[in-house]
Amino acid sequence: MNSPLTSVALFHLGPIPITQPVLVTWAIMAVLVLGAIAVSRRLTREPSATQEVFELIVDTVDSQIRDTMQAEPGPYRAFIGTLFVFIFAANWSTLIPGVEPPTAHLETDAALALLVFLAVIWFGVRAGGVRGYLRTFATPSPIMIPLNFVESITRTFSLLVRLFGNVMSGVFMIGIVLSLAGLLVPIPLMALDLLTGAVQAYIFAILAMVFIAGAVGGETAAAPGTSQKGKTP
Amino acid sequence: MNWLAFCSIASAAVAVSFGAIGPALGEGRAVAAAMDAIARQPEAAGTISRTLFVGLAMIETMAIYCLVIALLLLFANPLLK
Repeated sequence: MNSPLTSVALFHLGPIPITQPVLVTWAIMAVLVLGAIAVSRRLTREPSATQEVFELIVDTVDSQIRDTMQAEPGPYRAFIGTLFVFIFAANWSTLIPGVEPPTAHLETDAALALLVFLAVIWFGVRAGGVRGYLRTFATPSPIMIPLNFVESITRTFSLLVRLFGNVMSGVFMIGIVLSLAGLLVPIPLMALDLLTGAVQAYIFAILAMVFIAGAVGGETAAAPGTSQKGKTP
Repeated sequence: MNWLAFCSIASAAVAVSFGAIGPALGEGRAVAAAMDAIARQPEAAGTISRTLFVGLAMIETMAIYCLVIALLLLFANPLLK
């Protein structure tokens, strides 16, 4: 059985080896970009059915951002929405026979987690300046500075391992079951895998929102769970 | 098969099995608490379930770490090279 930690190069583009996850990622990117262009090219005030559906998706993303970050979704919609839609599409690309989801490989997840890490810094600096961003490391007290600093790295790492582990374990398990019992047996597992994929895309986006909200700071941007404290009778 | 390979395989199994116990208990408690909270306050179900999902993902990461350790032992073991 192939190791899930390595990926085989399909062909070489000059000196750069191109693997299957990279090809699938490019295909997903192309489909998403072309689809987005095609849908948003002819927007009308009297929406057609297609436009209605996509407005619903954007509205859902907006309301999730508003609920989680307690902020207006404007600046974050593009990043969070793209993150969610891409991971969702990548996890569900396993529906196409012969395609392995690119998120089942460490490199794709590492790239996504790195994007979140950089976005946290970018949004943090944009909201409060460099000093304001650095001050978020000293909350609630300066004793926490080393801990907060380490946390900002470890949480990126855990973001990467979480997505990789969940998607890869699904693919791996289906592979094992398929080698033991053939036709139709892995179908319930594949259905479970689709559910896991959707939940993981959601969780990745939510965690990115929570991290960005923490860096943007302010009393309003609390992590979910803290906002309901003290209200229970 | 030398004893190093034997130890690697055995510890991979131990890592997954014991690594699954803790998160399973933790997730059970988290879901039970969330059910309790939703039963008491059905209007807060949206917030509670979103928080529950994030919390479950956090807890689940522990089990996933153990799985990754097991896979490292089986497929990328530096001692067996």
